[in-house]
Amino acid sequence: MKKWQCIVCGFEYDEAEGMPDEGIEPGTKWEDIPDDWTCPDCGAPKDDFEMMEVD
Amino acid sequence: MDPIIIVGTGLAGYGTAREFRKHDKERPLVLITRDDGANYYKPDLSEAHAKNATPDDLVKKDVDAMAEELDATIHTHRQVESIDRGNRQIVLNGDTLTYHKLVLAFGADPIVLKLAGDATQAIHKVNNLFDYRSFRSNLGDAKHVAILGAGLIGCEFANDLVEAGYEVSIADPADWPLSQLLPKACGEAVERGLAKAGVHWHLGHAATGVHHSNKQLQILLDNDESIHADAVLSAVGLRAGIDLAEKAGLKIDKGIVVDRTLVTSDPNIYALGDCAEVDGQWRPYVGPLMQCARTLGKTLAGGDGETAGRVKYPTLPIIVKTHVCPVVVMPPVESGGQWEIDGDMPDFEARCMSEDGRLIGFALTGEATNKRRDYIKEAPPLMA
Repeated sequence: MKKWQCIVCGFEYDEAEGMPDEGIEPGTKWEDIPDDWTCPDCGAPKDDFEMMEVD
Repeated sequence: MDPIIIVGTGLAGYGTAREFRKHDKERPLVLITRDDGANYYKPDLSEAHAKNATPDDLVKKDVDAMAEELDATIHTHRQVESIDRGNRQIVLNGDTLTYHKLVLAFGADPIVLKLAGDATQAIHKVNNLFDYRSFRSNLGDAKHVAILGAGLIGCEFANDLVEAGYEVSIADPADWPLSQLLPKACGEAVERGLAKAGVHWHLGHAATGVHHSNKQLQILLDNDESIHADAVLSAVGLRAGIDLAEKAGLKIDKGIVVDRTLVTSDPNIYALGDCAEVDGQWRPYVGPLMQCARTLGKTLAGGDGETAGRVKYPTLPIIVKTHVCPVVVMPPVESGGQWEIDGDMPDFEARCMSEDGRLIGFALTGEATNKRRDYIKEAPPLMA
């Protein structure tokens, strides 16, 4: 399981936790999040994310 | 229970509202906006043609859907006239609303050049979706668009419009594009990329006037050259929206002055986004403002005073969406650095080094942007 941070907006995604409020199950890999998903913080589409792995 | 009132429904206003609702589902929430309250992602405006999107397509949720999502009352097309800090009230078009905490998130205003001529009213600016609708409708019959200002917004629009088939001319008094962000070599990479795509550059020259000329607009430059275009877009910079805060006697500098907890000089009023200067830094970009929204949402839900969260910015570069020559830049976080530039046109790696040899900023162009992750790991945070 990895942790990711968007280099555009600082949004963090922890694969272990998922985003249950958004319907994303714990354990979901970032790459498996659907393409039509949008950021719960700023509304940006998945395309606009620039995810980079963080420790 | 008095509500949290947020003035502004851009990324900062809606962002704060969403974060607040993650932590507090009880307290009433009121948002006020000058426009129609549609939720959109502003960076999309300068990429709309590339995304093949009309202004309507850019709307993610309309105001009714936002009110439901946030369990909030949203007043649209309303302007806050004054703040009565003593009574914790705001006045809008004659109505008075009482707040528990007030959040100022009304963004920045485009700087308007003082130009001569009989066509200055025809100049467009684009700092919100409403402006963009007006610009796009004017583009309907246009073939040639002139852009004043070669900063981030000017260059992104030049890229989007030239790739969509418009003839584009761009003028700026600086000698290279993105001169406020990039060292010369990197700026010239963008200049070349856009020139190859067909953009006509008028660098080193300021516009002095805009006149009607037959059915076109004539933009005069200070070297007596002129550009004949069908539409003119001004993108010469932004100024923090401070008028209301200033009138209310809040402390102002480059923006509304707030500390790391985002509180203004009044303990019941907060500010964030393009109208706010956080701990001395005015950074009108998505990354910093989203960090602020996350912190402030928690604070408003009950962590104020001594326990309020303090904003930190990670290493958040600015991504300039000039697809013909992409740019990733983190302007130096301290002054006095020297740029060291490596690479060949148009793929430059520019490192800004402190006197004692630390990387304090960077700029990458073209293929070199593929190294952005390495640079982000090495560079310091924007605000530790």
